[in-house]
Amino acid sequence: MSESNDAFVRFINVQKSYDGETLVVKNLNLDIAKGEFVTMLGPSGSGKTTCLMMLAGFETATSGEIMLNGRGINKVAPHKRGIGMVFQNYALFPHMTVAENLAFPLQVRKVSKAETEQKVQRALDMVQLGHLGNRRPAQLSGGQQQRVAVARALVFDPDLVLMDEPLGALDKNLREQMQYEIKHIHESLGVTVVYVTHDQSEALTMSNRIAVFDDGVIQQLAPPPDLYERPLNAFVAAFIGENNQLHGKVVEIKGDDCKVQLDDGSIIHALKVNVDKVGDRTTLSLRPERVAIAPPEGQYPNVFEARVEELIYLGDHIRTRVSLCGTDEFIVKIPNAHAHASIARGETVQVGWAMEDCRALDAS
Amino acid sequence: MAQAQAHSGPMVTADGVPLKTSLRRAERRRKITAFMLVVPLLAFILLTFIAPIGDMLWRSVDNPAIINTLPNTVTALEDWDGEELPPEEAFAAMVEDLRVGQENRSIGQVGIRLNYEMSGARSLFSRTARNADSLEPPYKEALLDAHRRWGDVETWRLIKREGRPYTASYYLSAVDMRYADDGSVAMQPENQRIYVALFMRTLALSLAITVLTLLLGFPIAYLLATLPLRYSNLLMIMVLLPFWTSLLVRTTAWIVLLQQQGVINDLLVAVGLIGDDGRLTMMHNWIGTIVAMTHILLPFMVLPLYSVMKTIPPSYQRAARSLGANPFVAFVRVYLPQTVSGIGAGAILVFIISIGYYITPALVGGQSGQLISNLIADHMQRTLNWGLAAALGSILLGGVLILYWLYNRIVGIDNMKLG
Repeated sequence: MSESNDAFVRFINVQKSYDGETLVVKNLNLDIAKGEFVTMLGPSGSGKTTCLMMLAGFETATSGEIMLNGRGINKVAPHKRGIGMVFQNYALFPHMTVAENLAFPLQVRKVSKAETEQKVQRALDMVQLGHLGNRRPAQLSGGQQQRVAVARALVFDPDLVLMDEPLGALDKNLREQMQYEIKHIHESLGVTVVYVTHDQSEALTMSNRIAVFDDGVIQQLAPPPDLYERPLNAFVAAFIGENNQLHGKVVEIKGDDCKVQLDDGSIIHALKVNVDKVGDRTTLSLRPERVAIAPPEGQYPNVFEARVEELIYLGDHIRTRVSLCGTDEFIVKIPNAHAHASIARGETVQVGWAMEDCRALDAS
Repeated sequence: MAQAQAHSGPMVTADGVPLKTSLRRAERRRKITAFMLVVPLLAFILLTFIAPIGDMLWRSVDNPAIINTLPNTVTALEDWDGEELPPEEAFAAMVEDLRVGQENRSIGQVGIRLNYEMSGARSLFSRTARNADSLEPPYKEALLDAHRRWGDVETWRLIKREGRPYTASYYLSAVDMRYADDGSVAMQPENQRIYVALFMRTLALSLAITVLTLLLGFPIAYLLATLPLRYSNLLMIMVLLPFWTSLLVRTTAWIVLLQQQGVINDLLVAVGLIGDDGRLTMMHNWIGTIVAMTHILLPFMVLPLYSVMKTIPPSYQRAARSLGANPFVAFVRVYLPQTVSGIGAGAILVFIISIGYYITPALVGGQSGQLISNLIADHMQRTLNWGLAAALGSILLGGVLILYWLYNRIVGIDNMKLG
């Protein structure tokens, strides 16, 4: 607890309501360290953008306190917070050139003309647009506008930069490229970034930590590998990556190993995550790539007969839909490796998985 | 092989017709259809807009009365130097013209026309023409006897000067000028100058109304563009409601409000701000014109502003705030520049409408609230000096076109958004 007290950004018991009847953000507590890249990830309406707007100062917290660098900022006007922000549709001022856009935050801070020019040029060079200073935003491509927006949010050397789904308007290739660029900028400048998105791959690529939002609550706050491999509840498991969900009842708990009886009667050995006692309903979460086809005898405690329903060739892997344990929506990813298992539709195969890969979560 | 052939000469279609001919043939039907759709409006505009304007421009210089009715006199005066009274032949020609003019009743036209330039000319012609048959040669003496103004060199100079098919004298009158005795152009006497002052007042009042509508309309348009839909719809209806009400009703409503025994004065007296004997004169002067016209023209400012503001996302101002600009700087440097096209459109619309406004100043303007259009109407309806009315109208039209040209040069007409 002592280490989080000198956190750079702190949300302390923050609540937000627009209509006085429902809470959009329910009792949010979040500490962000200096230099960290934290992503708020969640479906639309989960409260993540509201949190960002409260941090930027465009929305006021209904209750609770937001701290920035040890100082409460609830009553500080947005323009005095010194937070850079990249908006969803860039919000580049259309009547100014790119260079004027970048100079704007420096001019309102009364930075000298020479220094302004130098900083603008440095920021433009940082995003590799040094030659486009005299263009209007409308003359730039989407990706270039995006870079200008990032440069503008950084040009006045803020300690904290907020990004509100900045890559939403770009096509897939450009989006991936920009993800790497933002990541590199973050690493080289050491600036703290709070990033909002609903795109999980974006979040996984860039973040130090991801806060998964749903229904105004942070469901899990963890680094990307933890989030993917060790989801704490059924929502996170379903929201991050693909996963097979099996529903059943706990019949025996032995240390971490918990035996679950599915609705069709089959018994599965799963890792106990958030089930309490025998008799609880539970959702089992299992990543499709952790399921093996025709595993060697005795390797896995969970081995079942499965009927192949559908095969979809996706290049790097083959997505296979099989029916087992009373569901026909069970997905297995077969990597397109040398000498991979070759199976055909309608066949019956053995599939198996380890106890640790099958997580017993809340009933959801 | 086929392609190589096609490239060597003009392109042809598969059946050998030149491509251009074929394209023209294919497009013709579409073009005819498009033209047919335009025809009704084109005809309407030609008939009701272009033709009247052409006629007005024509009338402002057209001068047929004298050359048609006094053809012999005009010919006889051709060689006259204008120093002394013209020779006997000119007098004889005049008597001849007077007789013919009296017979076919066209002499009155001459009197009316010359009366614009020289008061008394009308009675001079009508009286002499009535007795033209009894005049005996030598006609010089006879005419001098009939009316002493025939002995005035000025009368003959006027006839010679206006004996041309086109005249600039309407335009001179319209800018408070006239021909001096020696035929040069001079200003009217001080006490007869009215039009230039009136043009200036029209410009000044229109400008004031434009500025007022902008000041009043800008905040409303901003609210309209930023409020949630259910409130902005209500507000929009309140803006448009006066728009849908008859102009006359609105103007008379202002009469009810502004007159000395009207609502506002009564209220001020009742509150005790002014005494009963100190009632404000807010009508039948320029205040009435400004107040009523500002109200009437407000929607013309609000609507273009609104349509431009609607397209400015709120994120721009947020971006400016997050970059460190206080609300005022964010407004002035980021929001305001983006509304320029709307301000330009609204301002030019209001200004052009108000510069030619007639009904409202006629009803509530009184003496100091009259605009140039009221005087044009006066010349059309009362003095029947259509030539002068046409000249005034043409100057107004020219002025608006110049302003429009200036606006285009400064702001650019492409930047104008009317809705």
